[in-house]
This record gives sequence, C-alpha cells and structure tokens, in this order.
Amino acid sequence: MSAVMPDAGVGAASPSFESGTRTRAVADTAPPYALELRDLRKSFGKTEIIRGASLAVNAGERIAVIGPNGAGKSTLFNLISGRFAPTSGEVLLNGHRIDGKRPFEINRLGLSRSFQITNIFPKLSVFENLRCGVLWSLGYKYTFLKFLADLHDANERAEQLLHMIKLDRKRDVLGVNLTYAEQRALEIGITIAGGANVILLDEPTAGMSKSETKRFIELIKEVTVGKTLLTVEHDMGVVFGLADKIAVVVYGEVIAFDTPAAVRANQRVQEAYLGSHVADAQAAAGGH
Amino acid sequence: MSAVPQRAEQSAPAASHAATPYYRFQPFNIGRWIIWTLFAVVLLVAPLIFTSSLSQTMLTQMGVAIIVCLSYNMLLGQGGMLSFGHAVYSGLGAFLAIHTLNLVSKNHLPLPVSLIPLVGGISAMGFALLFGWVTTKKAATPFAMITLGIGELVWAMSLMFPEFFGGEGGISGNRVTGPKPFGITFGPQIQLYYLIAVYTFVCTGLMFAFTRTPLGRMLNAVRDNPERVEFVGYDTQKVRYISFVIAAFFAGISGGLAALNFEIVTSEVVSGYRSGAYLLFTFLGGATFFFGPIIGGILMVLAFVLLSELTKAWLLYLGLVFLFMVMYAPGGIASLIMMNLRVAAFGRLKELWVSYLALAVTAFITLIGAAAMIEMVYHLKLNAALGPELRFMGAALNAQGASSWFGAAFVMLTGLGLFEVARRHFARQWGEIQEFIEKEMKRREAL
Repeated sequence: MSAVMPDAGVGAASPSFESGTRTRAVADTAPPYALELRDLRKSFGKTEIIRGASLAVNAGERIAVIGPNGAGKSTLFNLISGRFAPTSGEVLLNGHRIDGKRPFEINRLGLSRSFQITNIFPKLSVFENLRCGVLWSLGYKYTFLKFLADLHDANERAEQLLHMIKLDRKRDVLGVNLTYAEQRALEIGITIAGGANVILLDEPTAGMSKSETKRFIELIKEVTVGKTLLTVEHDMGVVFGLADKIAVVVYGEVIAFDTPAAVRANQRVQEAYLGSHVADAQAAAGGH
Repeated sequence: MSAVPQRAEQSAPAASHAATPYYRFQPFNIGRWIIWTLFAVVLLVAPLIFTSSLSQTMLTQMGVAIIVCLSYNMLLGQGGMLSFGHAVYSGLGAFLAIHTLNLVSKNHLPLPVSLIPLVGGISAMGFALLFGWVTTKKAATPFAMITLGIGELVWAMSLMFPEFFGGEGGISGNRVTGPKPFGITFGPQIQLYYLIAVYTFVCTGLMFAFTRTPLGRMLNAVRDNPERVEFVGYDTQKVRYISFVIAAFFAGISGGLAALNFEIVTSEVVSGYRSGAYLLFTFLGGATFFFGPIIGGILMVLAFVLLSELTKAWLLYLGLVFLFMVMYAPGGIASLIMMNLRVAAFGRLKELWVSYLALAVTAFITLIGAAAMIEMVYHLKLNAALGPELRFMGAALNAQGASSWFGAAFVMLTGLGLFEVARRHFARQWGEIQEFIEKEMKRREAL
C-alpha cells in the first residue's frame, strides 16, 4: 500500500480544528474521493438489504442521505463505519479500502459517526465523554503511565468541544443526567472529537422538536465546517437547507445523487420516493 | 437509579466550574492530600492501638485483602468485568512466591524476602497474559463464563500437580531467611505488618493513579458503552486485556504477601470459593467508588476471623447480608456513605438521625429473633449430642421447645413489623430530601 496520501490537505489523518482554512480549495485538484462506495452489497441471510450501492463524495461536501423507511440508509452507514462487513463491493476512504476493517481501524483512518439511538458514555461526565473521544487521535493510545490531568492538549481540546456543543455549563454532569437534546449534542461532540475528516450522522435530529431541530442544524453546520459530512435526515426542510448534494436511497440502491434542485426535479426520485413530500419540501424551502 | 455522583471528587469541581477556563491538575489538591496522609497514618498507628496478637494478625490480613479487593474492582467496578476467577491470579502468585521463598531459604536465589511479593505479582501477570488473552476476548456474560472455566481449570490442575501445589498439605516455607538489613527478619508479626502496610499503601496509590490515566478512563468507557468505544478509535478487547493483566499483577502481589504472612499456601487459594469471596466483599464494600473495596477487604477479614468465631452459621449470615445489599443498596457500603455525605453537604443529615436510630433498633430486634431461630437450627443439626439447651445472648433457649421457637418468631415478626413502619417513614423522608437536593442542584447550576 502506498503510504503517501495523494491529497495533502483533506486526506491527512492529523486532525485539526482549523481545517476550515484549508479545505474546499483542494477539491478541484485532489483526485481521490473523500468517500467512495463501489457496488456495495449486504445480505442478511437470503435478504439483500443493500443491492449495489455506489456513491462518490468529494472532500468537503455535505451530503444528505434520504429515502423511505427501510430503504437501507442506516445499514449503509453501518457498512461504511465498519459495524457490519459488506457481503461484496468496496468502500474507499480517501482512496484507501476500508471495507471489512473493524470500527476502530476505520475511525483511526479519519471517519467518525454518530448514532440514531443516543450512544454516549452514561456514567461519565460530559467532559470525560468528550475527552474519551479525543484521546486516540492525540496519540495517547493505551497508556497508563501518564495522568489524564497532565495531557494539556487533550484537556484543551475537550474544553473547546464542550464550548462548541454549548454544554459548558454541564461540564461535570453525568451523561445519563442530561436532557435528550443535550445528549444528542454530546453525541455529535464525541463524533467530531477525534477530528475525523469524514463525518456520518445518523438522523442527528431524530426525536427533536421543530425549534430544537433548527438550532441543532445550525450547531451541526458550525462544528463540521470544512469536513465531509453525510447525514441521514427525514426533515425535508432540513435536507434542502443543509445539504450541498442529496443521495436518494431506495431499496438498497442510490437511485439519484445530485444537487437539491436537480434531485427535486428528478423524475425517478419523484416517482420512487418524494411523491407528496415534494410539496412539503418546496413549501419549507420557500419559507426560508 | 439515583443521581449519585460517580466519584467523590466530582462535587468539588462542579461548584467552581464556571470560573475555570479549562481543566487543570492541582498537584496539591488539599482534600486528597489529607485523605492519603490519613490513610498512611492509620496504617502506621493501627498496630500501636490494637496491640493484641489476634488484632495484629487481622491487620496484616486486612492489608492483603485490601490489595486484592482493589485489584478485583479494577475489573468489576471500573471495567464492568464480572470475574469468577480472580483467585487464580492471587493464588498462583502466592504459589510462585512461596516456591521463591523456599529457593531463597536454600540459598539458590539471592533475593530479599521483602521483594518476594513482587515475584508473586509478576508471575500472576504472566499467567494473566496467557489466560487473559482468552478471557478478555469477550465481555459481559461470556467473559464471566470464561473466568469461571479458567478458575475450574486451575483448580483441577491443583489436584493434578501436587509437586507444584503441594496436594492436601500445601507448600510451606519460612520467611525468616536471607539477608537481614537493620536486623529486620520479618520473624515478628509486627515487622511483617509494616512490610504489608507499605505494600498496601503503595499498591493503593498505584491503583488509584491508574484510574486517572488514559487507559483507566477508557476502561470506564468500555464498561459504560463498549460499542461507542470502538467508534472513537479504541480496541475494546485490548483495553480489557491490558487492564486485566494489571489487575492480576496487584492480585499476585497480594497473594505473595499472604504467602509470607501464613508461611503456607494450599490449593484452596486458587479455588472458586476464594474468587467468590473477592466478588462478595468487593461488592459489599462498594464497586462504584474507588475506596469501596478497602471497606470490603476489612469486612472480609472481620467476617472470616471474627464472625466465624462467633457463630457456626456465619456463612448463612454473610449470604443474607449479601442478599440484602444486592437488593437494597447495590452500590455497597461506599455508596451508602457517599449518599449520606451528599445529604450532609446539603445540610439535611441531622433530620435523619431519628429515622436511622429507629431503623437500627428495629433491624436489631428482627435480627435477634431470626438469629435465635438460626442458632437453634444449627444447634439441633450440629450439637445434638449436647442436648436441646443452648445459650443465645445470655438467654437460655430450648431448641426443641415450642416456647423458644414461638418467642423467637414473635420477636422477629414484631421487629419486622416495626422495621417496615420505620422503613416506610424513612423512604418518604429520604425521597423528599433527594428531591430537594435535585432542585437545589438545578438552582445552583442556573446561577
């Protein structure tokens, strides 16, 4: 395997919060996609859930993955992030094969994800939750010969994250004692903590009220500046507001992948999926 | 579950979090400094206060028990690993230590006796590197099953290899051997006590330090949510494995100290029975707090030495205590203490003392009634030759007489009824206070 990553900017494994300054410019020169799926398939028993999904995401793009319930959006995320191994096909992260690798290996290569059902460390404080997310990326690995308190970079990063997800005041509250919206924010915080360049968010606003959702989308935009973002989302207003491109997943296939306007106009998408949602979406988009 | 803070230190930074820009280590954290000094002082003066040979023997054993319970809690409390085979590591450590001691005695090995516990630790670590590799491949229930299996395996081996395990009689040694710096021979119990006290202090310090390291924290994360850990870059299996080996190291040290203390090691030390005792007392002491197992270790020695002297039914009482703890105070004694400290911190503890007194008195009455019946049963089964009469707490009971049984049952049921009344009152009061504290905390947070 060639050790040198072709695109110096986005693909670099070393994470940085200042990445906003060195992002999109690379997109036009860098050949490998930040994330690429090639004819990805997954069967559970005899049922094929993902049937040859292909997708190519440029670095720095924000992608919304939409599709009817049971279309395989979450399964797709699970395949990409290593929760399940694909039955066949390839997943490439910055040009490197990651299919079949374990979640922690994929994470170390610069891909991080959040979960639809809140998945935090309930008995650790908010600060500790974030610090756990930071440790590996700063190279502390399994060390037991250093005190956490002396890891100034890790502590500073965790404090920054705390501020970014606006939970400063809940610093020492246990994860389990947070409100639902706060837990969702912490979930995002842990996801971005390691500084991964490719972020998958699985229904980040699930279960939130309209006003919470709006605020939360702003938060997501803020904390993922300059990163490649894929998010599963049901709220069409959010989808058209947040995404540069939309990937439509129906029956385990990506049937369309284009700009919001083009997807909205796409005949096949309208037939297969959007249907009555189009009117809602247009109303929502017009409302902005 | 109530919102008890996980660690004692959490309440302190919570109060001042608004002022601090980011987390800073305070090397001279006053509270912690005081606690550790106090711990050292207690270790230092305990044998000067309790001077009888029985109490010094017990103090020595307590040091050993504290180390092993703390090491067990690295698995149970900090890593969520329910091991049924921790005695494998303390026990094998003890065997390696006593064999080493015998080598020293025969002048085959120039090693000071004071370092022999380290041999126990390192050898236990070696075994953990081997067995732990298999054990920590799984978490939760499969983990528990594998520890049980390995425990049985080693127990079976102890019967198969009498050369190493000493068969029925065990392996004995003599700790008065080798060089004697400053005239310290470890012959007198008090000298051995101080050796064990030093080990206890250092090991406790090291195990506490471990909880403050990246690995220690990730171990907590693995306990809480192993799946999420995999998605922040850590291999949960490795986190468990390394921690398991470290825990075994301390268990082995404790085994080595026990070998020096008793100067004999029998295969009982690797038994499932011993592993069960570690689990039971670590749990009783409290697995959710670092200091819980220290209480557990002390209780273990008290139960094994004193309670077993007091009554033949001690295992039954122990089982009952364990049962009630699991049901009503799953955080162990440590969490009871911390919950009351929290109430005290909010200035509401003094309202509770009447309730506590009522609970104690009624529980005591219930216990007397129940104990009288238990003792009568044991008397009938074990001392039938001595006739049906026995003395229990100064009263003469007739194990075959209806009036004794009726009286005991009456006392127990009365106690139980009164206890229930007291308990309900207490539960209401307690709930009200907890609600007050929650509100108060919200209010302070909003400031």
